[in-house]
Amino acid sequence: MTVTLMQGNEAVGWGALAAGCRFYAGYPITPSSEVAEMLSRELPKYGGKFIQMEDEISSLAACIGASVGGLKSMTATSGPGFSLMQEHIGYAAMTEVPCVVVSVQRLGPSTGQPTSPSQGDIMQSRWGTHGDHPIIVLYPNSVPKAFDLTVTAFNFSEKYRTPVILLMDEVIAHMRERFEVPAPESLAVVDRISTNVPPEWYKPYGDTIGDIPPMPSFGSGYRYNITGLLHDPMGYPTQRLDEINPLVERLQRKINNHLDDILLYDEEYTEDANTVVISYGITARSARHAVKLARNRRHNIGLMTLFTIWPFPEEAVMRIGRTAKRVIVPEMNLGQLALEVERVVGRHKVVRINRADGEMIAPQTILQAIEGR
Amino acid sequence: MNNIEQNAYSYLRTTKKFPNIWCSGCSIGIVMGALIRAIDRMGLDKNEVALVSGIGCTGRMPVYLDFNTMHTTHGRALAFATGLKLAKPELKVIVIMGDGDALAIGGNHFIHAARRNIDLTAIVLNNEIYGMTGGQYSPTTPLEMRATTAPYGHIEPPFPICELAIAAGATYVARSTVYHAVELDKYIEQAIRKVGFSLVEAVGYCHTTFGRLNKMGSAVEMMRHLKNVSISLSAAEKLTPEERSSKIVRGVLRDIEKPDYSTLYEQVIERAKASVTGKEFLRAGPGGLE
Ligand SMILES: Cc1ncc(C[n+]2csc(CCOP(=O)(O)OP(=O)(O)O)c2C)c(N)n1
Ligand code: SF4
Repeated sequence: MTVTLMQGNEAVGWGALAAGCRFYAGYPITPSSEVAEMLSRELPKYGGKFIQMEDEISSLAACIGASVGGLKSMTATSGPGFSLMQEHIGYAAMTEVPCVVVSVQRLGPSTGQPTSPSQGDIMQSRWGTHGDHPIIVLYPNSVPKAFDLTVTAFNFSEKYRTPVILLMDEVIAHMRERFEVPAPESLAVVDRISTNVPPEWYKPYGDTIGDIPPMPSFGSGYRYNITGLLHDPMGYPTQRLDEINPLVERLQRKINNHLDDILLYDEEYTEDANTVVISYGITARSARHAVKLARNRRHNIGLMTLFTIWPFPEEAVMRIGRTAKRVIVPEMNLGQLALEVERVVGRHKVVRINRADGEMIAPQTILQAIEGR
Repeated sequence: MNNIEQNAYSYLRTTKKFPNIWCSGCSIGIVMGALIRAIDRMGLDKNEVALVSGIGCTGRMPVYLDFNTMHTTHGRALAFATGLKLAKPELKVIVIMGDGDALAIGGNHFIHAARRNIDLTAIVLNNEIYGMTGGQYSPTTPLEMRATTAPYGHIEPPFPICELAIAAGATYVARSTVYHAVELDKYIEQAIRKVGFSLVEAVGYCHTTFGRLNKMGSAVEMMRHLKNVSISLSAAEKLTPEERSSKIVRGVLRDIEKPDYSTLYEQVIERAKASVTGKEFLRAGPGGLE
């Protein structure tokens, strides 16, 4: 087994390559630029293509175009660029074109603090684009996990024909950690399904399998239309309610009916814990440390680390809410995921720990909250 | 019906619900006809043609046509097309845009696609107004004209679309009007054949908004106007710059050879592959080096 030291942003790049990504379009922005630099070097070795576009809007557009052409595609950015990408995240959701968007968060709002960590894009990653839309958002808490979840992000995007967002912490993006290089054959890689019906029978959004329409690429002999307008099963714009409603419902259903597959989280000591810390990303590592210290002091504490933050793992958190008397939610923002936890377990049970000044939340701070100090 | 007219029907989507969304008399249909005739004359296989458009009345064109079609977001068609072309270089990717689409919200993508010399064919239907949203001024609305957002007359100078493309690096640039449909057929065909970024500006009209606001009469009268104010490139060369500025100059304004982006990127791939040491991180299996 090869072991190496690897940076989080590099791990995202390697994860993408391992997942079969063969197209990257992006615009430089701290703290995400290493992803682009690394892929500009590596992608062509694999016969893939890299392009630096004129902005983030065109970057995601090019990714979607390349995905329609049959290449697995990714872009990476940070706050200001992530804001610019929102229209096309909605376009990819509506047209069901697989793509992966990485946002290495910085302290915001606006240009904010480019090199300071923050977990401020939680709500934007869910609701940044207009309208009701399905989305999957994954969140690694370490460098190896950044690799794994990048592969998973591609797999989900291909399987469910949806944009998948990978939210990264600046700390993980720039940190170097021990990384065990996985044997390529150990990785499960999912490719979108195409179709084999005769082209004249093909209905691009009509014949779905588990609510997911097969997707042949442009140029493969299946000629069809893609539009961001509400469309009928043939992909043509429609204003008919009997065509709009089934589309809107199917888009939600195709994600919501597969939550068992999509919702990823870890639980440690949660079964009978009277206090549970729910966290994600780098903050979950502070939380883990705090939970260990607290358990050494014989506190009955559990930890839940979320890897899928959207859709929100409602059932699992509800289960925790049934036994735990207190749920602590530390996050590097002014309280974003806490809103979801409060909705599910009740506000009276939730203790928030927030910080939005570019500094991490220390284990001691969480320990103090655990001990009610 | 002559042959080409019959053939035209075979390029329309029979499964699409017609009629189309355009006002009767609109000039967009003429450009659609010219595009069909150019493709038909070239004998292209429908499967190897992709049409990408933005949002606007013009942007609806691909939806009616039986190719690989992508109706994207306002202004960004060239960026989507860039990704598609890089993924599938064998496709003939044709990008259909309105003037607002191509030059206001999409202006940045327009100059950069031309600069990169990516092998796309851009067709801009210049009706000098925002048709779809009801007649607001666009970056090509001439000075002094009325728009729903210029009720006192327009005070901004218009962009010359072709000259902008030439300055940015396009390899083929031509302009004609919807009155000169045969010429449009020819230019569109040449533009599709060109390897590199090519642009055809089709000067059209929007009688419903621009025409009405500026009391220019019916579609037929606006068509006659295009005939009267346009001149060929050779005739224009005999005029003084002032005389020329009031005319629509028709012709091929640029036609040069330059390596396109995909050709150059193939060289990047070769160089990158030559740099492989054999100690790469992901060697075999899914995602490994081939
Ligand atoms: C981001 C965004 N901004 C604004 C619009 C509204 N919009 C739709 S079409 C259009 C302008 C259309 O004008 P043009 O591109 O000249 O095309 P035409 O309709 O004249 O063919 C605008 C502003 C939009 N769809 N998306
Ligand atoms: S509004 Fe103008 S551009 Fe749009 S369809 Fe009508 S005539 Fe054509």
